[in-house]
Amino acid sequence: MGWSRNQMAARAARELRDGYYVNLGIGIPTLVANHIPPGLEVTLQSENGMLGIGPYPSRAEVDPDLINAGKETVTALPTSSFFSSAESFAMIRGGHVDMAILGAMQVSRNGDIANWTIPGKMLKGMGGAMDLVAGVRRVVVIMEHAARDGTAKILSTCTLPLTGERVVDLIITDLAVFSCDKQNGGLTLIEHAPGVSLDEIRAKTATPFEVTI
Amino acid sequence: MQKLYPTPAASLEGVLADGMVIMSGGFGLSGNPESLIPAIRDAGVRDLTVISNNCGAEGFGLWMLLHNGQIRKMISSYIGENKLFEQLYLSGQLELELNPQGTLAERIRAGGAGIPAFYTRTGVGTVVAEGKPAEMFEGQRYIRETWLRADLAIIKAWRADPAGNLVYRKTARNFNPVMATAAKVTIAEVEEIVPAGAFDPDEVHTPGIYVDRIVKSTVNEKRIEKLTLREDA
Repeated sequence: MGWSRNQMAARAARELRDGYYVNLGIGIPTLVANHIPPGLEVTLQSENGMLGIGPYPSRAEVDPDLINAGKETVTALPTSSFFSSAESFAMIRGGHVDMAILGAMQVSRNGDIANWTIPGKMLKGMGGAMDLVAGVRRVVVIMEHAARDGTAKILSTCTLPLTGERVVDLIITDLAVFSCDKQNGGLTLIEHAPGVSLDEIRAKTATPFEVTI
Repeated sequence: MQKLYPTPAASLEGVLADGMVIMSGGFGLSGNPESLIPAIRDAGVRDLTVISNNCGAEGFGLWMLLHNGQIRKMISSYIGENKLFEQLYLSGQLELELNPQGTLAERIRAGGAGIPAFYTRTGVGTVVAEGKPAEMFEGQRYIRETWLRADLAIIKAWRADPAGNLVYRKTARNFNPVMATAAKVTIAEVEEIVPAGAFDPDEVHTPGIYVDRIVKSTVNEKRIEKLTLREDA
């Protein structure tokens, strides 16, 4: 069966801590905002120059000058601030953002991540992804465990051009959760979705891993 | 010295040349100099190198200059859904230098601040690091990036006073304040020109020293790329 997109986002939200400043990527990571546990104060950062992202607007509140990094219309909160792109990335590069939650095309056992291009097929550009993985203290990846054609996305070595080297701390997929030792290299399975067997996870993961469940 | 110009075309007089380097503010479709870009299109200058995070979208912003064949090279961080941008690059008709977004912003900041190079962790171990000097600091590897400067910066602000002090609006600020500092000539297009004394000096975002010319926007489409609404709205 595996976890749904919302369940994966909810699992990622359990990594949040009170007082965290967090940058959410496009796609499933954006859904994490809907699952912030009650009682936790979490401030969302958007790399286009905003701290304290509010909910999506009502039709009357829509403002073209107020968007997130995914170019979606958003709202401000009473404590929000706006700043330049240079200031925004100083925040990111300077280690002031506690956690980045982002999608990936491939992750390796030593925490390398690839998510910005497929040579010859897709060229979107890296945007802020390389800065985020290099500068943010803790990097959480949310992605489907395998590609649509069944190809493994968790590998010994990434085959796609990298976004960052030895940067990923945690991988959350529709099947399982792995912690990643980015210093020494090596993945550890720490959780799996209900009804998903270890054999299935092993079959769909193209690198060995430890198990502590 | 008079900084106010009557029209976008008038504000560009004497600063455009074939082969020049232009910085253009904006993130996605937010905070773009929407009136200056069509004036550059109409002026017809070619072989431009354009430094901008994106390159507009179908029919909007810098896309007009791409579509008109005026851009030789882009220095950007994100192509996204801009099909023309992707297609011109893949067919070899456009040079492209992709930069991580924060590196792009900091290279421009460095250009404006007179800092020829700096070291960053961003891009270590990736294609971005290829050919760049690396150095270890406190046990970590960093790569050297160099400044970016331009002949002309075209930027968008919300309000200007006659001295060229600027105030931006919400996330339309983005790359505009750094680009204002990094070119030989900076032209700001603004939605509103306010009288001297209207700004509290504590609230000025870009001090007037960086702004050479000011013009009121004639185009303010402010297109929205992804309209997202609350479910209960």
